[in-house]
Amino acid sequence: MARWPTIVMSSLMLVSSAAAMAQTPKQGGVMRFWHRDSPGSASIHEEATYSTNFPFMPVFNNLVIYKQDVAQNSTESIVPELATSWSWSADSKDLTFKTRSGVKWHDGKPFSANDVKCTFDKVMDKTQDKFRKNPRKAWFNNVREITVQGSDEVTFHMERPQPAILAMLASGYSPIYPCHTTAQVQRTAPIGTGPFKFVSFKQNESITLARNPDYWKPGRPYLDGLEFTIVTNRSTALLGLVAWKFDMTFPLEVPIPLVKDLKSQSAKLQCTVAPTNVSTNLIVNRDKPPFDNAEIRRAMALTIDRKAFIDILSEGAADQGGSMLPGPEGVWGMPKEMVTTMLGYDPDVGKRRAEARKIMEGLGYGPNKMLKVKVSTRNTATYRDPAVILIDHLKEIFIEGELDVVETSVWFAKIARKDYAVGLNLTGNAVDDPDQAFYENYSCGSERNVTGYCNKDLEKQFDAQSQELDVAKRKAMVWEIDRAIQNDVARPIIFHGRMATCMQPEVKGYTQMVNSSYNGYRFEDLWLDR
Amino acid sequence: MLLTLFGISIIIFALLRLVPGNIVDILFDSAGMVNPADKVRIEQELGLDKPLPMQYGRWIGGLLTGDLGYSYVSEKSTIDEIAPRIPVSARLASTALLFAVLIGVPLGVISAVRQNTWIDYLLRVVSLSGLSLPSFWLGLLVLMAFVATFGSIPIYTESPRTFGEAILLVVVPAATVGFRSSALIMRLTRSSMLEILRQDFVRTARAKGASAASVNYGHALRNALLPVVTVIGIEAAFLAGGLIVTETVFNIPGLARFLVESIRNRDYPIVQNLVMLIAVVVVTINFLVDMLYAALDPRIRYSD
Repeated sequence: MARWPTIVMSSLMLVSSAAAMAQTPKQGGVMRFWHRDSPGSASIHEEATYSTNFPFMPVFNNLVIYKQDVAQNSTESIVPELATSWSWSADSKDLTFKTRSGVKWHDGKPFSANDVKCTFDKVMDKTQDKFRKNPRKAWFNNVREITVQGSDEVTFHMERPQPAILAMLASGYSPIYPCHTTAQVQRTAPIGTGPFKFVSFKQNESITLARNPDYWKPGRPYLDGLEFTIVTNRSTALLGLVAWKFDMTFPLEVPIPLVKDLKSQSAKLQCTVAPTNVSTNLIVNRDKPPFDNAEIRRAMALTIDRKAFIDILSEGAADQGGSMLPGPEGVWGMPKEMVTTMLGYDPDVGKRRAEARKIMEGLGYGPNKMLKVKVSTRNTATYRDPAVILIDHLKEIFIEGELDVVETSVWFAKIARKDYAVGLNLTGNAVDDPDQAFYENYSCGSERNVTGYCNKDLEKQFDAQSQELDVAKRKAMVWEIDRAIQNDVARPIIFHGRMATCMQPEVKGYTQMVNSSYNGYRFEDLWLDR
Repeated sequence: MLLTLFGISIIIFALLRLVPGNIVDILFDSAGMVNPADKVRIEQELGLDKPLPMQYGRWIGGLLTGDLGYSYVSEKSTIDEIAPRIPVSARLASTALLFAVLIGVPLGVISAVRQNTWIDYLLRVVSLSGLSLPSFWLGLLVLMAFVATFGSIPIYTESPRTFGEAILLVVVPAATVGFRSSALIMRLTRSSMLEILRQDFVRTARAKGASAASVNYGHALRNALLPVVTVIGIEAAFLAGGLIVTETVFNIPGLARFLVESIRNRDYPIVQNLVMLIAVVVVTINFLVDMLYAALDPRIRYSD
C-alpha cells in the first residue's frame, strides 16, 4: 500500500517531464543547484559517489548513455553519444563503436576514437599516467584489449561475451577523457566534450560550469550555465530552496518526512520521490568469532524486521528486496512472491525470531547470557538511525549491541581492514545491472566486498548470467543467484531506500531516474521557464 | 611569542598524526575501496612514508621560506586555498566583535547604573538568553524568520546583487554570533561597574558635583573596563577561528568551516598552516590586550 503514493509520484513526474518536452524550451539562464557536499575531486573516474557525477557529468560525454528523458535505465534506453553506432561480433566477444567526427574538446583539440582507448586503458590501469584511485577497474576485468581502427572506430575485445558492458559504458561513471591531459588535470580542472565547460571548483563552496558554445549537438544546451552551491547543512539548504535561492535540490537528498514540510512552506515546489538504488544492509565479519559461526549469522538474518525499518525511517515508502533493486523501478529485482521465500523475509516476524532464539539458545546464549557486540556504523543519520533499530532487533535474539559510531571519513578504511564485528552499511549501485552488483559486492577478492564473502560456485553462476544474451533467461538466473546470496547471509539487505528531489516549477526538462542515482545529469535538455 | 608558536607547531603536528586515519585512507573512503599498492604509491607521492621528524622539518622549513605546500585534496597551493577565506572570516569576526562591544558595554553600564529596576531585569534576561541559546539553533531560527517574513534568506553568496544585500549578508550572521559575546560582555561590564560604583572615588566624584554621565562613563567605566577588555580579547581570539557553527548555518566559506573540513580530510598542509595562522592571530590579540591594559591603567608598565 505504501508503495502507491511513490509510484503515483513517479508517474506524475514522467507525465510532467513529457509535458515539459512538449513545450518549446527557452534558451538562457543559469540554473542554481544545492549541492550536499564537496566532492573529493572533479574526476568522475576516480570517485565513487554521485556527489561527483551530479556537477561534473555535464562536462563530459560517454560513448553511449542512458537516454536522459527516460526514467528507467535499461538496455533499451541506451543510446549513442560520442559513438554514432555499435555492433557486436558474431561470437559476441568484440564490441565495435563508430565514433562521432567533428567533436572538439573544451580546449579546442579534436576528439578521436583514440581518446576512448586512452580513457579505458587508464581505467584498466594500462597507462603510465595513473588515477590516484580507480574504483571501477573491476567493471572492465573482462575486457582484454581495446583497439582503434582509424580515427573513428574503436573495438572492445572481451574474454567472453558480456552484454552488460554496454550498461557500464552508458553509466554516468564512464565519461570519455582526452588523451592529451593527465589524471591530475581531470581532478582539478576537467576538460571534456560535454554541453558545459568547467569554470571553477572551490572546495566546500561552489562549482560553476558555463555553456559550451561549440557543443556538437545543435541547439544544446539551453542554459547559459550551472551553479552548484555547496551547503553541508540540509536545513539551511532547504530553507534556501523555499526562499528561491536554489532552483533544485541535490537529487534524491530530501528525506520523505521532510517533503511534506517543504510543501507546507512552499506549495509550488515540485517533489519527486524515487528509489535511490542504495540499500541499507547488515555486515558481519565472518572471520571474527563467534560470527565465524554460520548459525549465528543465520539467526541475525532471521531477527530483522524489515517492515519496522521501513515504517520508522521512511513512512513506509522504502522497499524490501534482495541485492537487486525491486520492481517496478528496478529491472532485475525478483518478483515479490519470491522475495518472501528468502531467509529472513517471511512476513511472520514472530515465527522467525522464535527460530532465531532457538539457534542462539543452542549456542549457549539466552536472556541471562547475552552476546555482547559493538555495532559499528558511520556517523551520519542515514547510517546511525537504522543501526539503532538494528540493535533493538538483535536484542530479541540475545545479542546486546552497543552502537559504535565511526567518524565518517575513516569508515570505509575501518571496514576494509575488517576492524569490526557487526556493522550497518549502505551500498549504492551505479548501474541497475547484475554484473555491477554481483562482481563488485560479492565476488571473491573484490575491493568493495566488505564482508569478505566468497563462494566460488556462485561466482561461476555470476559468469554464466553475465554471458547470457537472452534477457528473460538471464533474469531467472539472476533471481536464483540473488536468493542464494541472501540465504547465505552474505550481506543481508534490510531495505532499498527512497528519497525525493525537489525543484521550482520553472525547472523543465529534468527527468529523475528511478533505478540509479548516478546516470541522469547531462543537463543538456534542462531549461528554465522564466 | 616565538617559543609559544614553536610549542603550538609541535602540538598541531603531533595531534594530527595521533588521530586515526590519514589522508590516503580518506581518499579511498570516497572511492569506496582500498587498493594497498595504490595506497603506498600515494603515501610516497605525498611524502607520508617519510619519518615523522623529517615530515615536521619539511613543514617548518617550508614555513620559514614561504613554501606552505599544497592541499592534498584540491591539489592547489595552501596559500591559494587559505588566502581567499581570510577576508571572509575577518569581516564576520570583526563585525561580530564590534556588535558585541557596541551592544554589550553600554547595556552593561545601563544595567549597573539602573540596578534592580525593570530595565536591569530585562537586560539580565536578554543577557542570560544570549548565553544560553545555542548558536546553531539561534542561527536557524533567524534564517527561518527571514524566509517567513521577507521570503529571502541571508546566506552567503559570492556576488551580492545590491550593496544592501552585501551588508545584510555580513550583519545578520555577525549579529547572531555577536549576540552571545555581547551577553557575556554585558554581564561582565555590569558586575564590574557595580563593584566600581561602590568605591570611594566614585562617591567623591559625585560629592564634588560631577554629572552622572561624567561619573558613570568618565570615572567608573574606565576603571571597570580592565576585566571587560580581557574578556573582549578572549572573545576576539575565539572569533578568529571558532565560528564553525555560524559559518555552517549561514553557509559562509570562512576559515573555521574550512579548517573543520580539512581536519576531517586529514589535509595536513592546510590544517597545520591554518592552525598556525590562527595561533599567530590569537597571540597577537593577547599582545594587543596587554598593551591596552597599560593604556587603561597607568599603573601597569611593561618596561621593567
